[in-house]
Amino acid sequence: MKGLLKFITCGSVDDGKSTLIGHILYDAKLLYTDQEKSLELDSKVGSRNGQIDYSLLLDGLMAEREQGITIDVAYRYFTTDNRSFIVADTPGHEEYTRNMAVGASFADLAVILVDASQGVLVQTRRHARICKLMGIRYFVFAVNKMDLVEYSQQRFDEILAQVQELTDELVLENIKVIPLSATEGDNVTSKSEKIKWYNDVTLLEYLENVDINSAIHEKGFYMPVQRVSRPDRTFRGFQGQVESGSISVGDIVTALPSNEKAKVKGILVAGRETDSAFAGQPVTVSLDREVDVSRGCVLEKDTDIAVYKKLEASLLWMDDEELAEGRDYLIKLGTKLIPGVVSKINYAVNINTGEHIQAECLAKNGIANCEILLSEAIAAGRFSEYKTLGELILIDRVTNMTSACGVVEQLSEKSGEESGRASFVYGDIQARGDIFEEFYYDVESYNVFKYQPVKSTYTVGDKIPVKGRSYSYPEDFDIIVLRDSVAVSVRNGKVAEIVVLGSYHYTNYPVVNGRGFEILADTSEKFEKFLEEYEAAENTSRSEFFGKWLRFDTYRKVIVK
Amino acid sequence: MAEFSHLDELEAEAIYIIREVAAECEKPVMLYSIGKDSSVMLHLAMKAFYPEKPPFPFLHVNTTWKFREMIEFRDRTAEKLGIEMLEYINQDGVKQGINPFEHGSAYTDIMKTQALKQALDKYGFTAAFGGGRRDEEKSRAKERIFSFRNSAHAWNPKNQRPEMWKLYNTKINKGESIRVFPISNWTEKDIWQYIKRENIEIVPLYFAKERPVVERDGNIIMVDDDRFPLREGEVPQMKSVRFRTLGCYPLTGGLESTADTLDEIIEETLSSVSSERTSRVIDNEAAGSMERRKREGYF
Repeated sequence: MKGLLKFITCGSVDDGKSTLIGHILYDAKLLYTDQEKSLELDSKVGSRNGQIDYSLLLDGLMAEREQGITIDVAYRYFTTDNRSFIVADTPGHEEYTRNMAVGASFADLAVILVDASQGVLVQTRRHARICKLMGIRYFVFAVNKMDLVEYSQQRFDEILAQVQELTDELVLENIKVIPLSATEGDNVTSKSEKIKWYNDVTLLEYLENVDINSAIHEKGFYMPVQRVSRPDRTFRGFQGQVESGSISVGDIVTALPSNEKAKVKGILVAGRETDSAFAGQPVTVSLDREVDVSRGCVLEKDTDIAVYKKLEASLLWMDDEELAEGRDYLIKLGTKLIPGVVSKINYAVNINTGEHIQAECLAKNGIANCEILLSEAIAAGRFSEYKTLGELILIDRVTNMTSACGVVEQLSEKSGEESGRASFVYGDIQARGDIFEEFYYDVESYNVFKYQPVKSTYTVGDKIPVKGRSYSYPEDFDIIVLRDSVAVSVRNGKVAEIVVLGSYHYTNYPVVNGRGFEILADTSEKFEKFLEEYEAAENTSRSEFFGKWLRFDTYRKVIVK
Repeated sequence: MAEFSHLDELEAEAIYIIREVAAECEKPVMLYSIGKDSSVMLHLAMKAFYPEKPPFPFLHVNTTWKFREMIEFRDRTAEKLGIEMLEYINQDGVKQGINPFEHGSAYTDIMKTQALKQALDKYGFTAAFGGGRRDEEKSRAKERIFSFRNSAHAWNPKNQRPEMWKLYNTKINKGESIRVFPISNWTEKDIWQYIKRENIEIVPLYFAKERPVVERDGNIIMVDDDRFPLREGEVPQMKSVRFRTLGCYPLTGGLESTADTLDEIIEETLSSVSSERTSRVIDNEAAGSMERRKREGYF
């Protein structure tokens, strides 16, 4: 038996999408009698011609029944002897495009209905475009209502040519075109007697047998970290879903963005201990050493995934409020949620024709190619190469609405190598320190960002740049890099000592954290308390802790760039 | 590479969802109704976090009319798994003597819907997992996995947040909450097959046994305690019955059956000609009744 097939049905209004699915369920005897009875009853009351109206099986919302249209995605479940299916039936109207996209993002395959009497329409093109955008790799064009064109092969061939033109334009893969009639049942679940010139599979046969995994070949292993599990001091596991490839105990993985490497010590698949795990499985991975990993980080092996601050993405706008250049949003990519700015709309795309248009704003159901600037560098990938790390949504920071979804086309401002390099090194002791980052206000995007033009590594005896454009430290101070448990003492502008935090003693010199924020402790007692509370605040109340103990503007300021 | 079955895929999806909520939502809770779907959801939560316990409590909204075996099962399960199980009863409703015999749909509203809202408000939960499945009912088939509720706990089916890939948006403002349905995409059959595969313990009421029942308005109702007002001439009969869904005993229709093993139950379910909700007295109302109740805050 093949695995689960998630598919979507789409097509323009009145192409008979709901009827088609209703027919499959009805034909395959997949309805319970009470559902069948209520279908027959409902049909009598409201159907368009007195016959059984299969679409009533799917249009579940009151508003939909009243208006006789599909507004939102409906999910239906059925199983044949050969396969289990989930079908998302989606609305055809342009104003509900975003709901159609919801269904498309869920599906592995799209059944696009084409009315045989009408041919490929503007809506057909729009739906195919969105399916492609959302990453669907398998397409069935169901040429419906063949009964209305006298089952004409000539008509079918005309439509076949139109479909071919569309698939060439959108570069669609894995295409199947099937002539059928949803109301009459021709070629839906059983071969049509009336379409003798078509000797290929029926729709259901095709769906039962298509292998949707053959088109997926992502390189290497990666897993976005959903959550760090720390039930006690002995166990630290990274929870997430394997998105591609496989991982085994003993493998060396790299954590991004920190770029630290560690060996896999243990793997739990859905709570069970195993030696290895593969794509699709929910896992908890433990490593042989402490690495800097939190939610939003990515564990990878043998991929080209790196860390980026700037993305070029195709966005589908879904909010009533328009997108304007320069607005900031919360961006969710993988398991990472960070602020970012849509800094530029490169061009909008005509959703029906594909034509590129000059644009400064983007309205609901519109598509555009945009540049997004993230507030920090995160692990990301191109949608075409690393699907999960190339999917993103934009969340409105005031209304919390999911304003847009998008896929990453290009990446730039790679900062992968930099962030892995230590700022302070002495023997085995290494510490990251971002005290030389410049904070600036970006006038184009109206946001505060930070950057580090040159990243150097310092050791004992090295002179450090205590003054920069947006920071000015004293000649004598101590840097407490909490995440690496290292303390760096600076005297006369030179690194005097690099020690592990356990051997450090507070000596009344000013103290800053690894980012150059003043630590508000001016006695040994207070400093001890600060460390104690840091331990206690692990994972939970970080922001409260930082708010209490750290001050930004003692040695730092924000400049205009 | 090992076979990845459709149950594995559903399990992976549910675990992903449960973890996302634990990681992103401020104060989650998992609703626990003691039924088979809840048992599956609880099992998934245990697996999602192992060796850690689920980092949220469980909540049972008790109408005080549940089968006694359900309450025993609930307490035993919570103790065995070492999880925090909260119980909430709408005491106003109890004081007013609200019961399923005299108060009909008001009973469901007061002891279930209102009680649930009160419980969520009392503890300040910002996200509540529910065991709803899309194959149960038409308005559920349209609901997102992360279903947003305003400060009055109401659902707005016309303006649901788009839910793309598995990028769930858990952002809410103060007072608002999210209902999360991790087993949205499971069917009744999947539930049973998974219970079997994972050897999940379920309430014995699902298995056929001789039980005292009366037949009333076409439903077989179990006389579970002496609060059940027998009508004139009604005498409880011992019959071999089992329950396909579990709820308040006076509102849950049983079916005559001798299926007392999982295999027999699965066999019976698969060949059944009625959908599972027919055994719920409350659901046999006009089309759209579920949507109406959900808009008012029902799960």
